[in-house]
Amino acid sequence: METYDITVNGVPKQVTVDPGTPLLWVLREDLKMTGTKYGCGIAACGACTVHLGGVATRSCVVPISLVGSRSVVTIEAMADDPIGHAVQDEWVSLDVVQCGYCQSGQIMSAVALLKSIPKPTDKEIEESMGGNLCRCATYVRIREAIKSASQQLKT
Amino acid sequence: MYSGKIVLLFAPLVALAAWTSNPWRESQSSVSPKEATTRTNGLAAWQQVYSVLTHPRCINCHTATNHPQQGDDRHRHFANVVRGPQGKGVPALQCVTCHQDANADSTGVPGGHDWHLAPLSMKWQDLNDNILSSAEVCRAITDRSKNNNRDGAALLKHHTEEPLVLWAFQPGRRIDGSLRTLPPLTHEQFVAATRKWVEAGTPCPQTP
Amino acid sequence: MRYVHTSGNVLNLTRRSFLRVSASAAGGLLVSLYFALPLAAQEGAQPKPKAYPPDAFVQIKPDGKILITVNRLEFGQGVYTSLPMILADEMDADWSQVIAELAPAAEVYKDPLFGIQMVGGSGSIAHSFQQYRELGAKTRAMLVAAAADQWKVSPDQCRTEASVVHGPSGQLAKYAELAQAAAKQPVPATVQLKDPSQFRLVGKRVRRLDSRPKCDGSIKFGLDLDLPGMKTAVVAHPPVFGGSVKTFDDKAARSMEGVREVFEIPLVRGTAVAVVADKFWTAKQARDRLKIDWDLSAAKPADSAQLFADYKELAHAPGNVAANRGDQNAMDAVAASNRIVAEYEFPYLAHAPMEPLNTTIRFDGDRAEVWAGSQFQTVDQMAIAEVLGLKPEQVTFHTEMAGGGFGRRAVPDSHVQREAAAIAKRLRGTPVKLVWTREDDVQGGYYRPMHVHRVEIGIGQNGMPTAWRHVIVGQSLVTGTPFAAMLIKNGVDETAVEGTADTHYNIPNFHVSAHHPQVNVPVLWWRSVGHTHNGFVMETLVDELATRAKMDPIAYRLKLLSPDAKKLRACLALLEEKSATWRNSVPPNHAVGIACHESFETGVACAVEVSIDDQRPRIHRATIAVDPGVAVNPLTIESQMQGGLGFGVTQLMAKGAITLKNGRVEQRNFDGYTPPYIKDAPVAVDVHIVPSTEKPSGCGEPPVPAIAPAVVNALAKLTGKRYRNLPLASI
Repeated sequence: METYDITVNGVPKQVTVDPGTPLLWVLREDLKMTGTKYGCGIAACGACTVHLGGVATRSCVVPISLVGSRSVVTIEAMADDPIGHAVQDEWVSLDVVQCGYCQSGQIMSAVALLKSIPKPTDKEIEESMGGNLCRCATYVRIREAIKSASQQLKT
Repeated sequence: MYSGKIVLLFAPLVALAAWTSNPWRESQSSVSPKEATTRTNGLAAWQQVYSVLTHPRCINCHTATNHPQQGDDRHRHFANVVRGPQGKGVPALQCVTCHQDANADSTGVPGGHDWHLAPLSMKWQDLNDNILSSAEVCRAITDRSKNNNRDGAALLKHHTEEPLVLWAFQPGRRIDGSLRTLPPLTHEQFVAATRKWVEAGTPCPQTP
Repeated sequence: MRYVHTSGNVLNLTRRSFLRVSASAAGGLLVSLYFALPLAAQEGAQPKPKAYPPDAFVQIKPDGKILITVNRLEFGQGVYTSLPMILADEMDADWSQVIAELAPAAEVYKDPLFGIQMVGGSGSIAHSFQQYRELGAKTRAMLVAAAADQWKVSPDQCRTEASVVHGPSGQLAKYAELAQAAAKQPVPATVQLKDPSQFRLVGKRVRRLDSRPKCDGSIKFGLDLDLPGMKTAVVAHPPVFGGSVKTFDDKAARSMEGVREVFEIPLVRGTAVAVVADKFWTAKQARDRLKIDWDLSAAKPADSAQLFADYKELAHAPGNVAANRGDQNAMDAVAASNRIVAEYEFPYLAHAPMEPLNTTIRFDGDRAEVWAGSQFQTVDQMAIAEVLGLKPEQVTFHTEMAGGGFGRRAVPDSHVQREAAAIAKRLRGTPVKLVWTREDDVQGGYYRPMHVHRVEIGIGQNGMPTAWRHVIVGQSLVTGTPFAAMLIKNGVDETAVEGTADTHYNIPNFHVSAHHPQVNVPVLWWRSVGHTHNGFVMETLVDELATRAKMDPIAYRLKLLSPDAKKLRACLALLEEKSATWRNSVPPNHAVGIACHESFETGVACAVEVSIDDQRPRIHRATIAVDPGVAVNPLTIESQMQGGLGFGVTQLMAKGAITLKNGRVEQRNFDGYTPPYIKDAPVAVDVHIVPSTEKPSGCGEPPVPAIAPAVVNALAKLTGKRYRNLPLASI
């Protein structure tokens, strides 16, 4: 067991856990933040996506020991982020979700995309969202919602 | 060991000899026995280097395609990860989205500083995943218009110090706890072979 | 049986659906009997219309919020919104004030037709449309009665709108103000329902109630549950189905900090080792450190390669008859050059919902409390009670929001719940959350069974079939479950032949039979069940016939369909209209594929535009026409069509197969069993709903069978090959 200081959504936290514990489980069980989801544990589905040091990161495979001083931002912070909020609004407006389990990860990935490429092409959307799995196959509306959010964020 | 100056002095001669002679012919009128021996030793050293470069731990990121490979069977990397404009993936799906600065043994994800794909100029397989020949790979990595303008010394430095090269020799554990398969040489042996090859003037085999 | 209401508004049921309704109703009784449930209506063969107390379904809060209880699991299909819509419409509730909750397990929440609390068979709207309308109308009637009482006027002098009752002389009262008085009113025995022209919500594109929480991280699924003092458990399952623990060494596991208990538990077949820890990661790490010696002597090892060989051999002879029309020897008169002989192979498929399976139970000796995203609350509650030595009514069962299901959460043997109960029993007093990892899920069985089909078609001069002999080989889903009595006829499991035996194609001399080998692999539904493989076989063969006859694929189908295949005809006509702009002008290297299918009383017809990209089919667009009877929420229907088509692509994925070698499942996680990602699913899907006043049928499953044959029919045009083995490993 080791003690780690991390910053999550701007708030400093301290946890004492086994060094190999993935950031995902630290968030979900030690910090009781369940918005970030467990879908596969091998980074194949993207449900666990957070922003680590500003980079979209699959938290199920990053042990807490490798987080370091990088900031951790989760889905819970997206409502207060201008791009995050716009994405959520379009997700709601276009009725994207079905079961919803993958959508935290989808939104975190979509936000990372739009932060990097404000006006992505269809190809760029497909490539950047290419590793996020949705078993309900809400992909058609995910594409539409990202384009729509991109238009909303004109400035 | 050989001083760098001597290598530099002889390197062009040996390189010229390599380009113009058939390495398998015993005597060359333009190559001295000593140079021939050096060239032979250099080619032998190159074969050792080649055996590492084409091992899955290295070649999985030296692809000709839009994606990396993974595993000892070099299958296409899962989750549709792609090369991206700088070989680092694309937004939301970068290499560093999963691969951190160090191996994550508890989750089975390898890691090293600035994980990324080698540029297409450094592809060591064709579009059908067939590994290129010894001659082809040697030509590619010694081509200064393709190898980031690296001369022999720079190549040696790359093999000695580059974090992702070092990673190949400490590649971490898979999710089932087993150690990833290692290249056929240790890092020290790989560096020594590279040095030998560089000092011989980075000779390449003639066979296509 | 018609649903008759005092106003004379009658839902006209077609004869076919009438028969289905009463057959299902009868079957529903049987289901209840076999589950040993106390029956509300044991007397007589027809079930009495049940009286559902509105106060179990609607709560009007003092602040005006209207809480509507949904009697089924929400797992993506949208009932959390569409059932409340139905009730709220009849109730004239202010929709902006409506909130929903998922019903716990209770008698009153049972499916009106099947007599158990469940979701499946695309039956939510179909079975509860009427029920929720009546509940809404009754609630409205009671509110009006309360207002009328207060104002000393007659109820039919009042009208309602947006949670307000208006009196004849300008009086008004909010529902919230009337709630207490309304609750004291007698529940009317019959009510007048709205004329469809009066609907304000039903038929409209109404957005989901659960969207925002699913977008901001606040929604709680079963896996997210956290209770004071809760522990987490994982189970080490035998590597071959049916294995048992011989011995196990848990020293290394127990030495880990946070590990609480390690012990053997019974499974439905065999035994396993449970690890209980303070946290999931600890439990998982500890499980990895277990050394278990398994007894596999009773675990017959299944092997996919061997099974396919065995099935193909079985398919050469007829099995138990599922359908037999005309002369089964008519084929013998058909020359070989006028025959098609086709063999199809289908692998096991894992459901793989995004949220891994989980159940939380706290056992207190004389009662228990359960939290689970279950599609089968009644069945699961009974199983848990049995394991704990309780009566079902001593088990409080909360229905949690679920991250997908596709049938995986509707398990007749409740195996996951039984594991959880066994663990909770040992940890009496402490709530325990059992978690199945993704590996457990991929390797844990309960797959859509593998199948082989062998079909012989005799073709007449005009290109139409003159004879059809069809043998289907695959495990029976319902054998050994309480559904067997309902779904096995003449030795044929209906779920294995649905989509073929009951085809709407008018094929003479039609003979369908089935073999159901017993295999040591647990099997389960998978969204659209038998239609997944039967739809593929029928729609690819019909397409092949159309090509041979040099006929347009839609025209051919219209010619071959029986005249009373109303829904399919309507769908094909609408598809033709809506795809006209693009169907005949796709770019070079693109092709169009067509498929139509009826399942769960809903018809669909689909056209896809496909090209080959990076050696895989790329589905540029799909146009789909659907006839689900009355369309309650077209926005939901559109999402189910889009999602169902995307889900169906699982069958085409290069790694869309579960295979076994020497009894062991070869795939471990999404890297080995790979469902469709965004680039694999159709890029764009436009959905068109056939206008209808027929009773609503389901939308969750009907689109699924259409996509794989449509895509493969397009590929056939591009490559000249016919694809009869799934998954599509190569093109």
